[in-house]
Amino acid sequence: MNRLQRLNAAMVKKNMPVFEIGDTVRVHVKVVEGEKERVQVFEGTVISRKGGSSAETFTVRKVSYGVGVERIFPIHSPIVERVDVVRQGRVRRAKLFYLRSKKGKMARVAEREYMAEGKPKPDAAAPEPVKAGA
Amino acid sequence: MTTGLLGQKLGMTQLFLDGGRAVPVTVIEAGPCRVSQVKTRERDGYAAVQLAFLELPDRKASKPSRGHFAKANLPVFRHVREFRASGDTPVGSTITVSLFAKGEFVDVTGVSKGKGFQGVMKRHHFRGGPETHGSMFHRAPGSIGSSSSPSRVWKNMRMAGHMGNVKVTTQALQVVDVRPEEHLIFVRGSIPGARGSLVVIKKSVKAS
Repeated sequence: MNRLQRLNAAMVKKNMPVFEIGDTVRVHVKVVEGEKERVQVFEGTVISRKGGSSAETFTVRKVSYGVGVERIFPIHSPIVERVDVVRQGRVRRAKLFYLRSKKGKMARVAEREYMAEGKPKPDAAAPEPVKAGA
Repeated sequence: MTTGLLGQKLGMTQLFLDGGRAVPVTVIEAGPCRVSQVKTRERDGYAAVQLAFLELPDRKASKPSRGHFAKANLPVFRHVREFRASGDTPVGSTITVSLFAKGEFVDVTGVSKGKGFQGVMKRHHFRGGPETHGSMFHRAPGSIGSSSSPSRVWKNMRMAGHMGNVKVTTQALQVVDVRPEEHLIFVRGSIPGARGSLVVIKKSVKAS
């Protein structure tokens, strides 16, 4: 590893849970409103992960009041306080952009029942997901 | 003190600012530089400080450079550059990145990556012609001037030729972070040159 790679490795968050494409996650985002700072939760399906090491980002998609909303988060950004894995999805591709053109039942992702080898259970890595509406 | 410092480009990455905003930065390993010679107005006609960067193993050093550094009672270094002197800097003293502070603006000079012999589209951003639809004019420069008057091609006509591998300065780059204990300086945006190449960092002449 050269010096730059070591620098990048030092910026990687250690406490990120393992989550994959198709998983449903709750992203706890720090929001600054004037003077105050609070935490906002964005829950949706991970449809893409991109980049590597300290520059990695992931895209979360949800349908809010019938409107599709997508947010791209840098995984190692300080504004991403916590990521909880709510549900693991079983998908067959690396980017779920096809969900954008699907509606209703077609826009669902099947649940993954088995665990990929060597990957810890989401519950083990992340604290228990907060109850809905919290 | 001097007005600048020598460094080595490590490469680009991104940092997160306080608000969580990601900024693209170039990481430069700058210094520690040793003062290998001080030029004075009385003796040399101008005042300057010569900085040396990156120690060189003795077996790789040439005899003349060994002699030069022996005068300053220093080991042999790989790179030597002159900077304008400001204030008193004795020979042998060490200058580190703490010369620069977070939020300051700097100019970074380096030798750009060599691109070899390139056509006008890459070298001068000419538009070229259509690739298809029966076009027989693709990447050629087109007309380079008139006919019998002036009967020659004007000077500085942009044409194909060698591109890159020239000294380039990028001005007014903001210093995003300085880590003196690691000899690192983080500069916003890109700087000329390949990774590992020598760069000269100076206080910005435009921004202050």
